[in-house]
Amino acid sequence: MKMITTLALATMMTVPAFAQDTTVIGVSIPAATHGWAGGMNFHAREAIERLEETYPQLDFVLATASDPGKQVSDVEDMMATRNIDALVILPFESDPLTGPVAAVADSGAWVTVVDRGLAVEGIEDLYVAGDNPGFGRVSGEFFVSQMPEGGNIVALRGIPTSIDNERVAGFEAAIEGSGIEILDMEHGNWNRDDSFEVMQDFLSKHADIDAVWASDDDMAIGALAAIEAAGRTDEMWVLGGAGMKEMIARVRDGDTIVPADVTYPPAMIATAIELTALNFVSSAPVSGDFIIGSVLITQDNAERFYFPESPF
Amino acid sequence: MTEQTKPRRPRLDLQVLGPIIALAVLIVIGALMNENFLGYGNITNVLSRSAFIGIIAVGMTFVITAGGLDLSVGSMAAFIAGCMILAMNALVPMMGTGWSTIFAGMAIALALGLVAGLANGLLITRARIEAFIVTLGTMGIFRSLVTWLADGGTISLDFTLRGVYRPMYYGGILGVSWPIIVFAVVAIAGEIAMRHTSFGRHCAAIGSNEQVARYSAIPVDRVRAWTYVLLGILVGIATIMYVPRLGSASSSTGVLWELEAIAAVIIGGTMLKGGFGRVWGTVVGVLILGLIDNLLNLTDLVSPYLNGAIQGVIIILAVVLQRQKKAER
Repeated sequence: MKMITTLALATMMTVPAFAQDTTVIGVSIPAATHGWAGGMNFHAREAIERLEETYPQLDFVLATASDPGKQVSDVEDMMATRNIDALVILPFESDPLTGPVAAVADSGAWVTVVDRGLAVEGIEDLYVAGDNPGFGRVSGEFFVSQMPEGGNIVALRGIPTSIDNERVAGFEAAIEGSGIEILDMEHGNWNRDDSFEVMQDFLSKHADIDAVWASDDDMAIGALAAIEAAGRTDEMWVLGGAGMKEMIARVRDGDTIVPADVTYPPAMIATAIELTALNFVSSAPVSGDFIIGSVLITQDNAERFYFPESPF
Repeated sequence: MTEQTKPRRPRLDLQVLGPIIALAVLIVIGALMNENFLGYGNITNVLSRSAFIGIIAVGMTFVITAGGLDLSVGSMAAFIAGCMILAMNALVPMMGTGWSTIFAGMAIALALGLVAGLANGLLITRARIEAFIVTLGTMGIFRSLVTWLADGGTISLDFTLRGVYRPMYYGGILGVSWPIIVFAVVAIAGEIAMRHTSFGRHCAAIGSNEQVARYSAIPVDRVRAWTYVLLGILVGIATIMYVPRLGSASSSTGVLWELEAIAAVIIGGTMLKGGFGRVWGTVVGVLILGLIDNLLNLTDLVSPYLNGAIQGVIIILAVVLQRQKKAER
């Protein structure tokens, strides 16, 4: 028995490249439809490039989808035509992708799920995600620290999803009992134009706003433009989130209207891809949950979070 | 014949009143719910925001009247905005951060709009492909191109240049902001073109019966292609007003603008299958759409989750109002 294995190994070594057992890792992510996703696409491509160079035995298939249906097809195609050994997926939506990803797991392939969990637990081998309740909590705690006396704030929410709900719940729990009152909350859909318009209307509606929880840097940019146009920049400050480079630069430079930011790094896709690759090239165990904490960025630590090359 | 001419006056009045009644109802509801609604600031906000869709919708009125459709305008606006910003940023070292750079950017936006519209128009008239399919295709192309240009992120205008360009959206004459002025000029010119020029009448003739129009020696293909070129140029103008607002463009710019523009045109009384167009109706339609959003933000009546449903109901109601009057003929 041992002989055969040794023989097999010997033949493998003598015939390079062809016989070398390449591992195919499929990566399926949403297309770059907004800033955060753009950054995520950038970090995914960068991680893949680096890994392919470092480990010639790894082969990557990257597919970007603009809707859940397309993503389901992508995953099915990867199974059928590329016979993937592992799948790294950032699901567009949990429910529609659960079945197809379960089928990949059933085929024996390694599954890494990123950011958004599947509807059924226990399918994935590795789960890499940001901490959404933590994102809301860190943001809320910052408001409490800045407004010890309480005050009036307005909030912009993202696209109605479980991510958004978890963040808002975390935020509301953190400011509870602090005297901070949320005057109004509307969906800015993580979009600059939408949040510009919502913020304009908030400004018409409320005469006394002390601060804005924009909950996302794209939305913060829209809200800031509206506040600037209304000439009310002295009255309030804005807290975004995610860690867009322009906003981090403003925090670093001590802009009073943008005192801080809270991370939700799009580079978490790189963490997921690297960890998945480790499973195939090393003996390091990587299964389980890997939760990336949300960190408060202030002027003191902003430099560490500033990535000039990233599009986000 | 006599039967048709007799009840003409009342029918016309009711049909015309449909969108105006809807608009008036919205304004009254708004004024009752929030005292800031009719304030100068809020009115300026709503009109300026509606100007992009409005300028595009005026062009869309001609396309639809001539029996066509253009789904690519939202993506086209995003693409033009991206190219315009990149071009202006590239011109800064040569031309400095003054108005000359901005005028060059505007010229590029208009030229791109013209070329994009001409491409749509020629594919539809010369290659004889359905307008729906051609513009669905170009919609995807423009959207991907802007995502590619932005490398998935956001294209931002040079900071000093943005400061110079900014008054184009926020400034104005005598308290009326530029987007509103441009929208008004475009709307009035459109109304005149639709009612008092051969171009407008040819559009209606083609939309109502292409064969008859052809026999009547109307250059059907040329007129039709021109409606798309006109729309492309208007998308360019809308982009010129849009860019100074946030000074950036990304793949999420102009999403669903095409549907909003088409909805505004139909709410305004233009027939989706062509043959009859009403530019001032389109303006009313644009204002209705703009006010719904504004009202929903200013009041706490409904859960934000239901905003889309309220919009849908009001759009359908505004059209039902007209269709019922029409059935009375």
